Amino acid sequence: MPPASSPPVTGERIPIIPRRTAFQPPSRPWWSRVHDPLSRSVFFTVALTAVVAVLFIFVFVGKESLPVLLDETVMQEASLEKFFTPQVYKAGKEPQLSWQPVSKIPKYSFVPLVVGTLKVTFIALLFAVPLAILAALFSVEFAPRLIREIVKPLVEILAGIPSVVLGFFALMILAPHLKDLFGFESQLNAVVAGLAVGIAIIPIIFTVCEDAFTSVPPTYREASIALGADRYQTALRVVLPAALPGVFAAAVLGFGRAIGETMIVLMASGNAAILSAVMSDSVRTLSATIAAEMLEVVNGDVHYSVLFFMGTLLFTTTFVINLLGDLYIRRLRARLGGK
Amino acid sequence: MSVSLPIKRSSRVRTLRMFGMGLSFSLMLASALTIIAILLLVLGIIIKNGAPGLSWGFLTQPPTNGFESGGIFPAIFGTVALVLIMTIAVMPVGVITAIYLHEYTRSSSLVARLVRLSVNNLAGVPSVVFGLFGVGFFIQFLGTGIDQAFYGGALTFGQPALVWAALTLALLTLPVVIVTTEEALRTVPQELRDASLALGATRVQTLVKIVLPQAIPGMLTGAILAISRGAGEVAPIMLTGAAYYLPYLPSKLNDQFMELGYHIYILATQSPDVEKTLPILYSTVLVLLLLTFLLNLSAVALRSITRAQMR
Repeated sequence: MPPASSPPVTGERIPIIPRRTAFQPPSRPWWSRVHDPLSRSVFFTVALTAVVAVLFIFVFVGKESLPVLLDETVMQEASLEKFFTPQVYKAGKEPQLSWQPVSKIPKYSFVPLVVGTLKVTFIALLFAVPLAILAALFSVEFAPRLIREIVKPLVEILAGIPSVVLGFFALMILAPHLKDLFGFESQLNAVVAGLAVGIAIIPIIFTVCEDAFTSVPPTYREASIALGADRYQTALRVVLPAALPGVFAAAVLGFGRAIGETMIVLMASGNAAILSAVMSDSVRTLSATIAAEMLEVVNGDVHYSVLFFMGTLLFTTTFVINLLGDLYIRRLRARLGGK
Repeated sequence: MSVSLPIKRSSRVRTLRMFGMGLSFSLMLASALTIIAILLLVLGIIIKNGAPGLSWGFLTQPPTNGFESGGIFPAIFGTVALVLIMTIAVMPVGVITAIYLHEYTRSSSLVARLVRLSVNNLAGVPSVVFGLFGVGFFIQFLGTGIDQAFYGGALTFGQPALVWAALTLALLTLPVVIVTTEEALRTVPQELRDASLALGATRVQTLVKIVLPQAIPGMLTGAILAISRGAGEVAPIMLTGAAYYLPYLPSKLNDQFMELGYHIYILATQSPDVEKTLPILYSTVLVLLLLTFLLNLSAVALRSITRAQMR
């Protein structure tokens, strides 16, 4: 067939249809050619906010803590060595590890605070991890649909309770009752704070565990049952081990939450920087120290830098812990993925 | 795992097995029940002690007589102002980030992985560290910078203020918004996008006219969850702008403010007479709890409505 634009061979006139009128889609406004690439780059820039935020947190919290590492005069009072090793403050006295930032000779030992944080975290995990794992296993493997539909939103409600409310609960109700029950010397202590922090981290452990258990392929269960195991053996010896990286991730994420938890420990731990292994002593944690003392420090003071250094420490720790949790969740997916 | 040939089981094995079954089942059941019991206990005690003090006057009057009487209106006002500014700040950033992640890049791309990693980490940063960041970045860096540039160094923005607390919370709630919005975008069928693009629409037109309208309920869910989270956070705002007591309501961005959660902390730990302020304290806790609970409930309802529509 000859091209449409070629002249007619015969003398007959064929109307020439102008090409543009017939099949042209409605013309786009001029900006439509611009706005796709433009919006892409704008969106890209905005999407980087989260990345920049993490970077900035590190930079700006870290920046304020630099004097502790660099400034000679500040380091006379507060340095890494003073934070973590026993110090002799008065000639002839025993070297000590104590946190007394506002005494005549400021003492900045992190050791009692780190130990306090670990004590509270230990109690919290001891309480929350088994409870949340077993409850999640129950909800995934045994609970009838109806119960499951009830448990899930309840856990979500628990997750939605602000930590200041849990702190209030621990301070006003848990503390006096536990004191009556166990005869604690100090009403506010690591056990009270730990239990309340445990309540706060149950939801995240539960949710991550539940995800892990649900992602175990049904073929695992079928194979186990076919080999003669009952449902309980299947749950505890097949599903649980298969989902183990996920369960571990849950515990790790719970740990990360627990060491960063602030309001609960601020209200319920007693806030005394006592270095001891006894769980029923009052404790002071890193996070609570920052929250309580930040309001009273003079800007640019040694104490101010020390608190920011503490924040950097807390941030770095949780950062590493979260990466670890992420890694284990990915390992779970790799293990169960395949298809 | 021991593999026994289950041809003939001795009765002892069977008893042991029954015992194991019973034990593991009851342990699991007990764990689930304990969690529920804790929740009901916390809610029950707070409702029982807080409900009698709730009244219209309690919600609309300022505290009087050293917190021993009066209401909590300034705290409610401050909380609302705080989360309002926070929402205005966090929504555009969160939604656009989610759009970029889901519509503009493959999830395996370097940028997407980097952003996801940051979002995950941001969600795990302790709230008190956000407070420190608010002090170090917003107040010391931005605030002082603004003061020097526009106010001749007079202390205006370089101090704890409503806007800095709100921006700090915006950063804290960013992950919530991103995750929920992305989830909402995922529910929009790919065919709709393909059809729109095939008909000659540009990507932006497809996004604005086809995808986003479908995702609006999901984005609202994100906003509500962010508000509920933001309204309950105390540690960041006590460092960046919340005040113990203010005789006036905040009217400018650089005013300090009272806030429900912080008010609870103050009443519980620094009250001159704990016994006398206790009823008010309980009622304040109940108000905060109701606020976050209602917000969460509406988010859940909204989400289930959207899911039902999608089917």
